[in-house]
Formats: sequence, structure tokens, C-alpha cells
Amino acid sequence: MEPVRQVSGRMAPLDRADVDTDQIIPKQFLKRIERTGYGPFLFYDWRAEGDFVLDRPEYQGASVLLAGANFGCGSSREHAPWALRDAGFKAIIAPSFADIFRGNCFKTGLLPVTLPDGQVRHLIDLVSEEPTAAITVDLEAQEVRGDGFAYRFEIDQFARDCLLNGLDEIALVERHASDIDGYESRRVAWLPVVR
Amino acid sequence: MAKTLARKLWDTHIVRSAEGEPDLLYVDLHLIHEVTSPQAFEGLRLSGRRVRRPDLTVATMDHNVPTRGGVRAADELSRKQMEVLAENCKQEGIPLYQIGSSRQGIVHVIGPELGLTQPGLLIVCGDSHTSTHGAFGALAFGIGTSEVELVLATQCLPQKLGGNFAVTVDGELPIGVTAKDVVLGVIARTGTSGGQGHLVEYRGSTIRGLSMEGRMTICNMSIEWGAKAGMVAPDDTTFAYLEGRPHAPKGAAWEAALDDWRSLPTDDGAIFDHEMTIDARRLEPHVTWGTNPGQVVPVTGRVPSPRSETDERALRYMDLKPGVAVSDIAIDRVFIGSCTNARLEDLRAAALVIEGHKVHPKVRAMVVPGSTSVKRAAENEGLDLIFKAAGFEWRNAGCSMCLGMNPDILAPGERCASTSNRNFEGRQGSGGRTHLMSPPMAAAAAITGHLVDVREML
Repeated sequence: MEPVRQVSGRMAPLDRADVDTDQIIPKQFLKRIERTGYGPFLFYDWRAEGDFVLDRPEYQGASVLLAGANFGCGSSREHAPWALRDAGFKAIIAPSFADIFRGNCFKTGLLPVTLPDGQVRHLIDLVSEEPTAAITVDLEAQEVRGDGFAYRFEIDQFARDCLLNGLDEIALVERHASDIDGYESRRVAWLPVVR
Repeated sequence: MAKTLARKLWDTHIVRSAEGEPDLLYVDLHLIHEVTSPQAFEGLRLSGRRVRRPDLTVATMDHNVPTRGGVRAADELSRKQMEVLAENCKQEGIPLYQIGSSRQGIVHVIGPELGLTQPGLLIVCGDSHTSTHGAFGALAFGIGTSEVELVLATQCLPQKLGGNFAVTVDGELPIGVTAKDVVLGVIARTGTSGGQGHLVEYRGSTIRGLSMEGRMTICNMSIEWGAKAGMVAPDDTTFAYLEGRPHAPKGAAWEAALDDWRSLPTDDGAIFDHEMTIDARRLEPHVTWGTNPGQVVPVTGRVPSPRSETDERALRYMDLKPGVAVSDIAIDRVFIGSCTNARLEDLRAAALVIEGHKVHPKVRAMVVPGSTSVKRAAENEGLDLIFKAAGFEWRNAGCSMCLGMNPDILAPGERCASTSNRNFEGRQGSGGRTHLMSPPMAAAAAITGHLVDVREML
């Protein structure tokens, strides 16, 4: 995976709570066998309603998505972060994320940043008034910066290291092959096998 | 030190533990299906890796299989996903229960049926409802496709220990109130994210008194309130369910397994980070009114006034006005199915309500058994005849209209009484409107043509 150190760019506000992965990428688009090509179907049904905020001209080219609490709840589909990435987003800032979605973001190289409600609200207000406002999400410094503000964020340190160094998680686990072999040799005999 | 069930399960699966890193856990059983696995196998091929433990990996086709007409009824892309799964399983030596197999079914229904889902195991699957298997006293949770690839390659998963959450449900469930109402009642209290990241143990006399089917229904929906996993301590009900199943231990191994399983329940004095208690005697049948499972009320209630923009949007999407009595909401469709509520006990409970009645002339109703085995067992008892005589469609097994990846979908604007787990916008079909409820409640709605308190019909 390509290392991710910081994301700089413009923001787009999706001011809704509990955005589920069925909205991010509806099920009819889960039938691909590739990891790419999902961008055009991001928020497909919401876009079809017309005047969807992410389709407004002023938010085209944004790389940071702002969203409400519990973003990415529901299905485990990794297609959700793939679609967001394919559509040009590199970071998402929200007051909270659903667990599986957050994990999937890390694997996709998409930065899930948790900030308190008030700070997310400030960013949404800012970009609503000033769509060209620039922002930097600095993973190394664990800081979201813009004109006149700097917000510190907490993030899982192991996931951060993986992103900063572009580490392949499978290769990391494979380094512990002897531990895995050892564990397997200790498993009791009656545990189920599938054949 | 006194330990919780969850903590015991966690500790016995640690392959490696190091300061500042997530624990590396060993996966005992990896379930895969056609939708979230193709990219994982592709990743393995690109990096020249193989599946480490095909003997601990099992596959089924469920998410996009047609429920009538066989594989030929599937659209081209769905067929392709099924073909790719079959090819991947063949290359790697992974057993596959494909369409037409006598054991095919929803991944979370067939694992327990086969006796593969056992107490003490760590079970993962690229599907958020993997928490279902926790009903057996297993640690079970959903993972993404990259993690599927990681598990295929290494049989391990790096994980950070989540907090412990005890949900204690005591008392006898009133007539007409089911396990589904217990978990909807939990979500009514917690909202959609109240359990975020936690390992939940459901306990108390009500849970002890439930069948394995009921426990699975409750654990299944743990993810709908944000929990990482839901589980129930194994007991005699668990052991009785498992004994004699194809992959359950036998003979001396069965005795050894029992000894181990009996050591799993939470020790007296173990501390939970959060606790919640529910009085089962006061529970009523629940129905969702909105577009997430937390937007739920008792069937005797009314559509609430909106308290947020999310609520307002949900009311618009559902075409409902605040103050409307839930029992005045007319429906177009009924779906009895899904990994939440399509096991034999669920079909029996629905059939009991249906018997001797007809589906309302304005309603189209279908039953999709959770597995081919459930379908066969139901037919052996004549349940299919009861459903068909009432006017229900009797289909083949699959996820079907729970998520609408196959041809079974709602038309825009259609309103459905559904026994599934998610009422998200468009979940059952673009523009479709979903009300979640128990199988008896869905059966009652099929007869009356509107949401109704099943207790009036018992």
C-alpha cells in the first residue's frame, strides 16, 4: 500500500448522522469482482434524488468528507471505502465511525479521523460558508489544520504506523509465522474441521 | 481473576501479544460467500499466496442467489460472482455449499446447522451479521474483504480488545413477544451506536430460557446497536442443539469438548464495563417506523415526533406522519426470511399465526427459508402447505429480500413487513420502505394488510 502521511485539499459536508454503508454504496453495485470502479455509484440513491450536496459544483474535487456521527454503520462491505476512495476522498472526519467501516478505511488507505461534535460542526459551517476553504489532515502530527485552527485527533497507533509506512498487513502477520505454527501445534484435536 | 466469557474467548485465541500492538488472534472457523471474497482471492493470487487452512474455511452461496429458477435466474454479474467463488474454492480445496446443494443456505444459518459453530471458537466472516454465531458462546464478528484476505493467508487477525457489555434480561416473555422483540427493545434503549466496539454478553433468565434459534436472533442484531460481537454462555440448550450434528465432536471427543465448554461461562464476580437490565415481562412486540433499527416503537405505540434531522428525513422517506398509530400503517409486502429470523422455529411461529387464514388481497407475501435444510424440515412438517394455502410464496434458501441483491426486491414506494435486520433506505429495493418485526408479527400483518398487534390474534 502507498504510504499516507497527510491529506491536503478541500472539504465536502455530508451533514447527516448514521450514514449506513447501504447508502454509501447500494447493494446492486456489489457485484463486481474487482477492488475498483465503484466511484460512480457512491451515494447512488441520494444523488438520484437531485441536488445532493456532494454533486454541487462548489464541492467537486474535495478530498476530505465531513459527516455526522456513526458514519459507515451497517454492512461490512469494504466496497464502501473503495467507493469513497474511487470518488477522490482521502480522509473522512466525523464525530464517530462504525467499527468495521473504520477498519476497512485503514486497509483502503482512507483516513478516518474522529473529532468532537463541536469541531466537526465548525468545519461543516466553515465549508458551507466558504467552499474553497483548505484543510490539512496530518496523520504524522495527528492534527487537522486550517486557517486559524488546529485540532488534535487520537488514532489507533498501530493503524497509524501501517498507514505512515505503507505496510502490508499480511506481510506483518507473516513475520510471526513461528508464533502461528506454535499456536496451531497447541490446538486441541477435537476442534472442528470443515471436511 | 474472575473473567467474563468474552475475555476467556479472547485470551485463548492469542497467538502473540506485544506492547503497543493489537493482539494477534487465531481464527478457528472462516466462513466465506460470493460477494465479499472475490477480491480477497484475487489479492492472494497477485501476491503469490495460498490459503493457509482450507480445512478451517467453508463457503456458501447466499447473498445474490435467486430463490426460484436456480442459477439461471441470476443476473449475469451475480452468476459471475458465484462462478468465481466456485473456481476459487476448487483451486484452494475449500468445501462449498453451492446452489442445488442439500446444505446450501445463508452462511449464518448453515454454520450452526452443520455443527461447525461451536462454543469457544473464534469465528469470522466477511459479513456484519457474523455475530449470530455468538449464540453458541463463540467469539464471532464480521470483517472486511482485506481482512478476509488476511485470514485466508494467515488464519490470524490482529485485533484490539473491546470493552465488556452485559445485557441482562430477566423474566418470562409474554405471549406473542419473541427474541426479536428483546433485541429490538435493547436497540430502542441504546440507539444504533450505544454498543460501539463492545463485546456484548446477553444473560439472565429470559436468555437462558430461549432456544438456540432465539439466542441467534438476538446475537444477530448486536451489530445494529454498534456492538462488535454478541454472545450467550453455552449451556445444556447449546449442547443439546449440537450433539449429533455432522461436525460436532463425537464419542470421547464430545466428552472432552463438554468439559471445555462448561468452563466458558463468565465467572462470578467478573466485572463488565457497562451493564443494562431489561424486564422481559414488560416487553411488547416492537416495530420499526424509520430508516434505522433504533427508530423503533412498541406496536401499541404511535409514530413519534421527530427529534432530529435524521428523524425528519426518515419520516419523509417512510411517508409517515408523527402521531399515526402504528397499527394504522397499511403494507404491500411481507418478507419472512434472513439470517435473523428464517430458522425452523421462526417459520413454525409464523405458520401458527397463518394457519386457517388468507393473505390479505392487497398484500404479496413470501417465505424464504434460511437454508435448504430448514426448507426441507419445514416441508416435512407441512409448514409449506400452510403458507401456500394462505397465499404465501414458498421460495428456496438465500439472503433474498433482506438486502435485495437477487431478483427479490421491493418496488419504489412499496411498504414491507419484514423479519430481517435492517430498515435502511433502499435496503430491500430502491425506494422501498421496511418495517422490522418478529415472524409472528409479520405473519399477522400479512393477514390483516396492516401492521397489527399479533397478540390480538392469538
